[in-house]
Amino acid sequence: MIVPLVHVLILAAVLFALGLVCVLVWRSNVIMLLIGIEIMLNAAMLAFVGGAGHWGMADGQVFALMIMAMTSAEVSLALALVVYLHRRKKTVNVDEFNEMKG
Amino acid sequence: MEATLFYILAAVAVIATLFAITEKHAVHAIVYLVTSFFALAVVFYLLGAPLVAVFEVIIYAGAIMVLFLFVIMMLDLGHPEKAARPGMGDWWPALVLGAVIAGAVVVLAASRPAAMTAGVSVIGVREFGRALFQKYGIAVEIISMQLLFALVGAFYLGRRRPSPPAPLPEGEGGRRPGEGGAAREEETV
Repeated sequence: MIVPLVHVLILAAVLFALGLVCVLVWRSNVIMLLIGIEIMLNAAMLAFVGGAGHWGMADGQVFALMIMAMTSAEVSLALALVVYLHRRKKTVNVDEFNEMKG
Repeated sequence: MEATLFYILAAVAVIATLFAITEKHAVHAIVYLVTSFFALAVVFYLLGAPLVAVFEVIIYAGAIMVLFLFVIMMLDLGHPEKAARPGMGDWWPALVLGAVIAGAVVVLAASRPAAMTAGVSVIGVREFGRALFQKYGIAVEIISMQLLFALVGAFYLGRRRPSPPAPLPEGEGGRRPGEGGAAREEETV
């Protein structure tokens, strides 16, 4: 470890807070909302990798890889949903998608 | 020297993310985010995870962000003049929550003395692969099934319907052919 674990966790917390702010702010654009989720997942990955480096175990890195695979699945599904909803309502504003009936 | 590099890269990642989440143009936001991910990949390398750093560049910056770009260009969303910047009413809950997290971080950083750990323990590909495929082999199988389900779901959502869902006035657009068939069956009964 080249830096203390606390500093890595602080960086992860700052990135997570930025992603959370992005999700909360951009309700007018579902693409930016997904970008905020990406930022938050990256911060979680950074925390996992920092822990793996701190304790010298490979498990944290394995779970970082799991997060990456989960993110790719989530993004592909979410973007397919965005394409579907945009085809239907011609907008990406989240507030427009307020009805559940198909 | 490596510690200095870490702090520089941390600053680059945070600033690029800050630009990304305040950018109105979605394509610019994605380019800023790729910058942030590259900085984060080098941070991963410095933290002794070269494999995760490589995957970060290949999968995140290379695949996922390009997928975002494809969708933005396919849906023709790259018009910043049409996009609405969120108003002040959208900003204040986010800023309150961000301030709470920032305060927690400051308290954490001030209360705990940072103990410097000596030595860099790089986890090589051999150890990584052994942990991945021996200890967490079932998780790899489940992840592969999850990716398959995502593929099937994306294919189902993205296909073109035979009759495009016309925007009906009552807001009940897009009846599936199956539902119409069921209704017709009820009529015949």
